[in-house]
Amino acid sequence: MKNKYSIFSLMKNALSHHENWQRAWKDPAPKKEYDAVIVGGGGHGLATAYYLAKKHNMKNIAVVEKGWIGGGNTGRNTTIIRSNYLWDASAGLYDHALKIWEGLSQELNYNVMFSQRGVMNLAHNLQDVRDLKRRTHANRLNGIDAVYLSTEEVKKFCPIINTSPDIRYPVLGGTLQRRAGTARHDAVAWGYARGADEMGVDIIQNCEVKGISRNGDSVDGIETTKGFIKTKKIGVVAAGHSSVIANMAGLKLPLESKPLQALVSEPVKPIIDTVVMSNAVHAYVSQSDKGELVIGAGTDDYVSYSQKGSHQIVEGTLNAILELYPIFSRMRMLRQWGGIVDICPDASPILSKTSVKGLYFNCGWGTGGFKATPGSGDLFAHTIANDEPHKLNTAFNLNRFISGDLVDEHGAAAVAH
Amino acid sequence: MFLINCPYCGERDHQEFKAGGEAHIERPKQPTELSDDEWAEYLFMRKNIKGIQFERWNHAHGCRKWFNMVRDTSNDQIKLIYKMGEKPPAE
Amino acid sequence: MSTYFRIKPSEFIDETVRVSFKFNGKNYHGFKGDTLASALLANNVHLVGRSFKYHRPRGIMTAGSEEPNAIVQISDGTNRTEPNVRATEIEIYEGLEASSQNCWPSVNHDIGGINNAISAFLPAGFYYKTFMWPASFWEKYEYVIRHSAGLGKSPTERDPDVYDHRYIHCDVLVVGAGISGILAARNAAKNNLKTLLVDEKNELGGSTIYQNREFNKIENQNSSDWLKKEIKELRNIKNLEIKTRTSVAAFHGYNYLLARENLTDHLENKDKQGKIRQRLLKIRAKKVILATGALERPLIFNNNDRPGIMLSSAVKKYADFYGVVSGKKNVFFTNNDSAYESAFCLHNKGINVEAIIDIRESSNSKIVKAVEEAGIKIHWSHTIVDTRGYKRLSEISAMMLSNDGLSVTGSKINISCDCLGVAGGWTPAVHLFTQSGGKLKFDENDNVFLPNIYPSEQMSVGSCNGDFKLKEIISNLSTNLKQFLKVDKTDFDNVLIESEEENSKRNIWLLPSDKPIGKTKPFVDYQNDATAKDIKLALREGFRSIEHVKRYTTTGMGTDQGKLGNMHALGIIADTAGVKMSELGTTTFRPPYTPLTFGTIVGRNVGEYFDVFRRTPMNDWHIENKAEFENVGQWKRAWYYPANGETMHEAVQRESKAARESAGILDASTLGKIDIQGTDASEFLNRVYTNAWSKLGIGKCRYGLMLNEDGMVYDDGVTTRLGENHYLMTTTTGGAANVLGKLEDYLQTEWPELDVYLTSVTDHFATASICGPNSKKILNKLIPDLDLSEESFPHMSFKNAQIGNIKCRIMRISFTGEHSYEINVQSNYGKAIWEKCMEAGKEFSITPYGTETMHLLRAEKGFIIVGQDTDGTMTPIDLQMDWIVSKKKYDFIGKRSLYRSDTMKEERKQLVGLLTDDPNIVLEEGAQIVSDLNQSPVNMLGHVTSSYYSPNLKKSIALAVVRGGKNMMGKKLFIPMEDKTINVTIENPVFFDTENKRLNA
Repeated sequence: MKNKYSIFSLMKNALSHHENWQRAWKDPAPKKEYDAVIVGGGGHGLATAYYLAKKHNMKNIAVVEKGWIGGGNTGRNTTIIRSNYLWDASAGLYDHALKIWEGLSQELNYNVMFSQRGVMNLAHNLQDVRDLKRRTHANRLNGIDAVYLSTEEVKKFCPIINTSPDIRYPVLGGTLQRRAGTARHDAVAWGYARGADEMGVDIIQNCEVKGISRNGDSVDGIETTKGFIKTKKIGVVAAGHSSVIANMAGLKLPLESKPLQALVSEPVKPIIDTVVMSNAVHAYVSQSDKGELVIGAGTDDYVSYSQKGSHQIVEGTLNAILELYPIFSRMRMLRQWGGIVDICPDASPILSKTSVKGLYFNCGWGTGGFKATPGSGDLFAHTIANDEPHKLNTAFNLNRFISGDLVDEHGAAAVAH
Repeated sequence: MFLINCPYCGERDHQEFKAGGEAHIERPKQPTELSDDEWAEYLFMRKNIKGIQFERWNHAHGCRKWFNMVRDTSNDQIKLIYKMGEKPPAE
Repeated sequence: MSTYFRIKPSEFIDETVRVSFKFNGKNYHGFKGDTLASALLANNVHLVGRSFKYHRPRGIMTAGSEEPNAIVQISDGTNRTEPNVRATEIEIYEGLEASSQNCWPSVNHDIGGINNAISAFLPAGFYYKTFMWPASFWEKYEYVIRHSAGLGKSPTERDPDVYDHRYIHCDVLVVGAGISGILAARNAAKNNLKTLLVDEKNELGGSTIYQNREFNKIENQNSSDWLKKEIKELRNIKNLEIKTRTSVAAFHGYNYLLARENLTDHLENKDKQGKIRQRLLKIRAKKVILATGALERPLIFNNNDRPGIMLSSAVKKYADFYGVVSGKKNVFFTNNDSAYESAFCLHNKGINVEAIIDIRESSNSKIVKAVEEAGIKIHWSHTIVDTRGYKRLSEISAMMLSNDGLSVTGSKINISCDCLGVAGGWTPAVHLFTQSGGKLKFDENDNVFLPNIYPSEQMSVGSCNGDFKLKEIISNLSTNLKQFLKVDKTDFDNVLIESEEENSKRNIWLLPSDKPIGKTKPFVDYQNDATAKDIKLALREGFRSIEHVKRYTTTGMGTDQGKLGNMHALGIIADTAGVKMSELGTTTFRPPYTPLTFGTIVGRNVGEYFDVFRRTPMNDWHIENKAEFENVGQWKRAWYYPANGETMHEAVQRESKAARESAGILDASTLGKIDIQGTDASEFLNRVYTNAWSKLGIGKCRYGLMLNEDGMVYDDGVTTRLGENHYLMTTTTGGAANVLGKLEDYLQTEWPELDVYLTSVTDHFATASICGPNSKKILNKLIPDLDLSEESFPHMSFKNAQIGNIKCRIMRISFTGEHSYEINVQSNYGKAIWEKCMEAGKEFSITPYGTETMHLLRAEKGFIIVGQDTDGTMTPIDLQMDWIVSKKKYDFIGKRSLYRSDTMKEERKQLVGLLTDDPNIVLEEGAQIVSDLNQSPVNMLGHVTSSYYSPNLKKSIALAVVRGGKNMMGKKLFIPMEDKTINVTIENPVFFDTENKRLNA
């Protein structure tokens, strides 16, 4: 490895005042032709390129990114990682990702700060209780480490939650997945970029896709602001902008792109040591290593690419936060921002071939894509390299919207779509 | 926070409205005549345009009337509002 | 208090009112009007906090909301503790207690200070490169990292204060009450526009109100004297509302702004009681005028962060406004004339100014001349290369700058000093403008970003628009205001202004030192300890975008959001990467402008006001009779009625038996009710339900299933034909609003040709449902003259009747399988009718039952509950309800989806009954069902949706959905729990009275 990171390299470089660190990735101009081009330099796209190079020996590939890598939803999400999904297909997909997360820092030689501090999901009415128990039983039989907690156990695991029976929607119980947690979002993009770059992948930033060139039923290249690039395989991992790229290829997708907002508080000393999510009153919160409370708000109901949402969504979320954590009333919102999430009708992603040969889509992650990053990259790389889905992403094909064989995860999605 | 000019009530705050997705997707008159593909097209496939989009809105906490809106989804500028049943302006 | 540090303050400080406060446990006092910062400086306290990463001692840097360093914990022993409060913003009050943050054991002796010693090993992003071995140790590393990070401490008790919201609609909102804002607001109001003027400070006038530039005059007066008179006049203008201590936090689209009005933070604790602490103003303005001013920039040089190093303008404000001397020996360091104003002001007040270090070669402006003539030493073309003093500045070293500004030459000058005023130029406060979607352009001359493209009806005026000289501020304001407000003149068109003309500038983003940069600490972000060399390291490692550099170095991500250092970060990136500032662009300014208290955003929506309670008209009766309640949507529904200390199980068993053996009564008022009228009402129902409606007789009721267009069950309920063109539809409790919305949608957008009108009447009617073998007798007692015979009033029919004087609609429908009647009355009679039923039923021991018993009774009959036995993935065929899906109807909502390849499959999950082999074991709802325990992974066939112990059948019963269940009657399956496996058999889901004899009993 050209510049291995470790405490020793850090100390060595300290002696030269850190003047000799190498670049984490190059800044190449695009070549004329690649074996595959990944559209979108977020975590999923960079991971796809990384695994194409690493596991499928495809080294002549490029990632083209409209802005700067990790600048979309990768750098805008609330970094929750878990795999406690209801249906077998989803559990398989997200747990595959979780297993990769567990060794990712070491694999990438880049500390992505994956912190297995546990994720709790709260129940606030009797149907929530049924749904969470159903999910927990399914998780257990799928080998996923979720357990059901009583209200007292919820309180014990996270003492600052208001579990009083007198609140408007009392906490009736919850689930806990201990292997779940958070990671440092930027580091995931940067770590994969550095790893891919080292294997020869060209990461081309400030390069916007302008058109998909087709030869009959197959793709033969991609038009960009940095010129035409010839390629027979295009993997689109453009999140909120997936439909925009699809339209260039003459396709329509079952997606709507909507604003999703998040916010952080000012940093404080550790006060909450886990991740707590509540679907019913819509509040989820964790604390970053820096000390900020990281709070996810909901989606607006209209299509927008403006990366802005409406204030009522933020207000609604904070209402719920103070309902569950009245001690945070005097905490202050430091920053608030929005992302564009592409939502499928069944709240499950698309990792699929399309009717155009050589054109693949990885999209529809809605509000929950970050957690899947390594698994999504791995399985999408497999799909592109073999022109066939892996068994873990077979269910997430585009055809399901025609046959009706949906993977309805509205219950498991953190945000009610 | 949009300020939306409901064609029946006038300018009202965003909070009073619900968005209803892409406009002018007419429900097929004879669904049984459609193939699964064609039905899926109606049911799920959306243009999801970045730019000028025609969409439906409902004054849910007001007159409950549905109407159409032309909006630039890249910057959320509302360009035009017109009633249900009225012809969309030429693009 | 050493009086040496106090001189004559401005009129805004009341020296007659002494205010005592504590800082780090020690008693001090200041005067009414002081901020904590000014009061501390008056007491010669400069060391206020420790920095985030290196725990370096830090002092007070500014006099405003941009303060990065002096942030404290308010900790006065009450529940009002608050972290990260800026000492420069909080006004002192009697009894205020504050303490330093992020230090242990004290700000004077902080163990974390060791980080400064090992800072060579902690460059930007060091944590990405380390802490990876062994993998299992990350949790331990993280524990240490988390505990050394963070700043103040979160409160741990409930907030005693209340917050409020107010909506304001105005013609013109003016943000910032400096000279520009005041003139703009006054002219707007005088032109009959409803105007709101807000400012974050507690006094109007901005900087003009205290800082009289030496050679600025308005109408031949000091600018502050002139402005004070103008402000007095403001109070008498109608149409003008003024709010001070009000900070605009966010500027959203369509001129929607959020502002925080601070009402009690400056009051003593006893005066805070019972008052609203802060109010969030939700402002919708037709036009917005931003007069947000400019923030002074620091300069970036080696060790530029010590306590005692302040902004030049802050030194002046503390002296002019607060009457506070920041140091005995003052030095200024500058690249423009601003520092000379400060120096001259101190000099005139008799405060010692040792020297001015100026990186420019010269300046011939009047103020510079005046300073020279006053005998203050000026070191032209010099830069500071180092500073000394750990907890307080003690000395600076300066050297001659090379012509290119990249290095230093000559010999070192050392000047001892305890305060250094730094003046790096001015940055227009364009934060709100960019939040609104405005686009900036870079001005190469002033090295500032200025508003360029406005996204809404708004304008920026004064220094936030790049006008820094009084003359141009006033003349541009006049021109722009006339255009913006569409008026011919302003009332200050002819005001006589004298202001000094342009001075020379020399901008160097990163000032050189005699040491290599690797050995220096030029801080760009003071709070987060990001230095210029961190920025250069990021660039070296390939981070090119400003957003990357920001995230990698954490520059601009502190509680001040980089208000001081962001421009320098951009400048250093541009210089290092060799690109133009205009090409680089800025990072996004995200709302809020200054941090906004959660409580303020939430306002009154806390506790019982978090969400509305919907209660039925019989609610008081349920409470009096000790019901336990469950939340169903927003409704509070009686869940069960425990008598004499019964458990829930015991109560439900008793209620269930009573309902089947004699009589039970349920409050069914929460069910959604939609009144449907119009000549096409029948056709409409044909289209929205799966079954046919045209032939339903008047006075008859019918059960209907409603699907989504994707074919999945959406809602259900009984609809009654009240007249030829009049129906009453009922929906599930939780689904009512959505069903109405969906029906309106189809009616208005797909089928506008139908003559149908929908009205929600859920709240108009209260419903008491009496069921059981004695229900008929009870109804007969209530309405003796009503013919209850099977012929006259059969199952699934309805009658208008009257109980006493109360009109009612009675439906003979049943969700329990028993003979039952639903009595609907106007809501306000709900409780009366309920009590009459109880009275009439007394002799039959009529038993009130709640939702739990209702669920049990219907499960005995195999009736589904949408949302419990369905989950959005079940078709009516899956529910074995083929009978309700009309084959004859050409179309209904969702029909086409039932014929897709997947929905046609035989092997879908289907609703079945389940019996446990051991009749005493009650299954857990949600438990998964398998056929083969030895498979790996286990193949889950489905799950238990409803499960109860049936007192009427004396065994456990359950409903479940099972893949292929329809064809598995009698099959043995397993339910693997954590600790055991339960054996079950698939049965018909109708467990009780399979022939429906009881309905007509």
